[in-house]
Amino acid sequence: MHSLILATATRLIAALMLVFSVFMLLRGHNDPGGGFIGGLIAVTAFALYAKSRGVDEARRALTVHPTNLAVAGLGCALIAGVLGLVRGQPFLTGQWITIGGDGHGHGGLALSSILLFDVGVYLVVVGSVLGVIFAMEEEI
Amino acid sequence: MIVAALPAALTVFFASLVPEIAAGQVLRWAVPWIPGLDIEFSFLADGLSLLFSLLISGIGVVVMVYAAAYMQGYPQVGRFFIIMTLFMLSMLGAVLADNVLTLFVFWELTTLTSYFLIGFTHETATSRAAALQALLVTGIGGLAMLAGLVLLGLVGDSYELSVLRASGVDVTADPLYGAILVLVLLGAFAKSAQFPFHFWLPNAMAAPTPVSAYLHSATMVKLGIYLMARMQPLLGGTEAWLLTLTIVGGITAVMSSVWSLRQTDLKQLLAYTTVMGLGTLTLFLGLGTEAATTAAIAFLIIHCFYKATLFLAVGAIDHATHTRDRDALSGLARVMPLTFGIALAAGLSMAGVPPFLGFIGKELMYEAAVTAPSAAWLVAGAALAANALMIAAAGLVALQPFVGRARDWPQPPHDPPVAMWIGPIVLAIAGLVLGLAPHLIDQRVIAPAVAAVAGHDPHLHLKLWHGFNLPLLLSVVTVAAGIGLYVGRERVRCWLGTAERLIPGSAERAYDHALAGLKRLAAWQTALLQHGQLRGYLTTIFGTMIVLIAAASLRGGVWPTDADLTDAPAFAWFASALIIAGSVITIITRYRLAAICALGAVGIGTAILFVSHGAVDVALTQLLVDTLFVVLLAVALLKLPSFWDLRHRETGLRVGAAAIAVAVGSLMTMVLLVIVSVPLDRRLTAYFESNSVPLAHGHNIVNVILVDFRALDTLGEISVVAVAGLAAYALIKLRPRRDPTHQSQGRSAADQSATG
Repeated sequence: MHSLILATATRLIAALMLVFSVFMLLRGHNDPGGGFIGGLIAVTAFALYAKSRGVDEARRALTVHPTNLAVAGLGCALIAGVLGLVRGQPFLTGQWITIGGDGHGHGGLALSSILLFDVGVYLVVVGSVLGVIFAMEEEI
Repeated sequence: MIVAALPAALTVFFASLVPEIAAGQVLRWAVPWIPGLDIEFSFLADGLSLLFSLLISGIGVVVMVYAAAYMQGYPQVGRFFIIMTLFMLSMLGAVLADNVLTLFVFWELTTLTSYFLIGFTHETATSRAAALQALLVTGIGGLAMLAGLVLLGLVGDSYELSVLRASGVDVTADPLYGAILVLVLLGAFAKSAQFPFHFWLPNAMAAPTPVSAYLHSATMVKLGIYLMARMQPLLGGTEAWLLTLTIVGGITAVMSSVWSLRQTDLKQLLAYTTVMGLGTLTLFLGLGTEAATTAAIAFLIIHCFYKATLFLAVGAIDHATHTRDRDALSGLARVMPLTFGIALAAGLSMAGVPPFLGFIGKELMYEAAVTAPSAAWLVAGAALAANALMIAAAGLVALQPFVGRARDWPQPPHDPPVAMWIGPIVLAIAGLVLGLAPHLIDQRVIAPAVAAVAGHDPHLHLKLWHGFNLPLLLSVVTVAAGIGLYVGRERVRCWLGTAERLIPGSAERAYDHALAGLKRLAAWQTALLQHGQLRGYLTTIFGTMIVLIAAASLRGGVWPTDADLTDAPAFAWFASALIIAGSVITIITRYRLAAICALGAVGIGTAILFVSHGAVDVALTQLLVDTLFVVLLAVALLKLPSFWDLRHRETGLRVGAAAIAVAVGSLMTMVLLVIVSVPLDRRLTAYFESNSVPLAHGHNIVNVILVDFRALDTLGEISVVAVAGLAAYALIKLRPRRDPTHQSQGRSAADQSATG
């Protein structure tokens, strides 16, 4: 099944979906979204890409093997947990750092181990589900 | 060579502790491990642990140096040395542990590393089988030991061995004593290859020779002996202890030394003599007298020295001639004089010939045997038989391959490189020097170890010449009998061959049967539960659910009381209608694509309901999962058989499925009505609402719970997702292929075998 219209449109749509998935990941802390939802959106984007342009193209676009992505995600989540231990706090305690701002919690860019954890969730979802989808596309 | 640096440093360190420990001091080191259960990660160095530590690290140096040369040409040498080093550290941890649970952890670590080392040449099936056998036998023994140690801790109210000993609690008077004794001894017997668990040790000779010398002769198999020595002050001194250890040890010693003469593979032969050594140690630890303990500790050291040396010498022979079959070896003395010298010195110590250290050991044994508290003649007889057989075995290893006519070798054998003889020669010379000057170790090393077992300082003075007495007479008889057995070795072998055919069963065959039975049970229950039919799985899951919910409702008598649906908003009715319509279409449509779309509508209806209750995140997830579900189905769609045919083939099944679906649906409706009829407990909601921003700096409570408050749950969940993804990937990618080329190959092979 090859559709020129779908293949052309997918280039744009998949790219937009990927940007949107990162947007959902980053806004998750305060608004609906988060790593799981963002990951699912990214998976859908790549699944669409694989459907319209073939799995080989989709794998090339991903560049990393999905399994490695999933394992990297688990690693991110674990590192986020260990950061708490390093500070002498329980495993997975959130660690925050603000870059810039006025030093009183206003303005600036707040970074946290929570974000790293959520990135880990995102990568695990993307890697695991895409691994299965690609394999099914190729083998079935 | 660098790999020997760690054991060398450790040897020096432990040697530096000798004066302190010999002066009666005990060193202890502990960190809290599980404070809630009062369990510490604690270590203790007394005479017994220090003796074992010295042997482990000292023999470790010799073996590591030897292995650096021996293992050249093996693949994955780096892995070999890493596991060997890990093994050594686990051994040290086990013998230095004070807490019994610390002891157990290191004990099992030695089992694991042993598994990897026996199976090091994992390409061969026999290596793998031997490794698994050792793992199962010693591992199951280890679990029994754990149970015994926990019971011991409960009875004595402490998991620290030092506290248990100091508190003076009489474990032997406790009603649980029998259980503790049996469980702990099961662990010790399995580890130290006592009858009927002896069979794994000769099989473990599948390991490379340095491993056999180190693990399966000098160190790991002594761990069971260590445990018995450690437990003697706590569990010993009873009739049960005495009888069990002397009988099991005696049977093991005599039986294995008899079978050793039957072996033609030199490593197998040495393995059986190791089992004999372990049996002898058990026997003497069972007696419990000071003389017996002294004999056991002395023999432990002696055995390490000569047995490691002989294994390494056999390794050198194997290296030079590529065979270990004693029938194929003779006249090696001329071409391998150095190896001959080393083997002869160790063999003489093994045979207990003066002035070697082995002679002192044998004298101590006979002295302990004739002064045994009960059945002295039986103990002395067992020791005499085993020692005589040992002399013959020593001759078979250290003499027979080297004398006789020289053979024509395709490549003339020669002595090994320096790394492979320097260590054995040190051990062999040590056996001679310590025999001549036993005062070098008797007060410094042996006495503190005996004191740690006996509980008081022993009157101990080792010397070569004791004067004419009963032990000397027994020694002379032993040597004469041993020489006789060596001279008549071929006839003995014939007899043993006949005897072997007459014995109907063996412990190893029982192990094989048990393992085969376990596999059959696993296959049976897998076929029953994991049949691979999705319909069956769903029936099981939902059937269980129906039964459980129905049973709970009938017993608890909770029924919905208030089912007022009048205040439901209009769009909730719309969403419900969408869900119902989707479900009905899914059931009745004759097109698969329509069924999938209808299922999608059900999902969207559910998402609308979530949105209406403010659960935007849940709704989003529901929508996305639904989308992905459709994508996955679409992939499989084209390959599936026709939908309509499939559905109308089995009407009976459809009726059954409908019954289950209706039951699940109505029960779930009922449960939900019950839930909404009681006021919701909003304490958790209130907590998260008030703490989400101050504690976690986030406004999206759902996400904050996921990644912060309950992040550990999420970590577990994403681990499951990752593993499930990997497993599905493996199932799809690695399943056996049914492509035509493969089949034709298989058929042609079958044809060939049929015609051939």
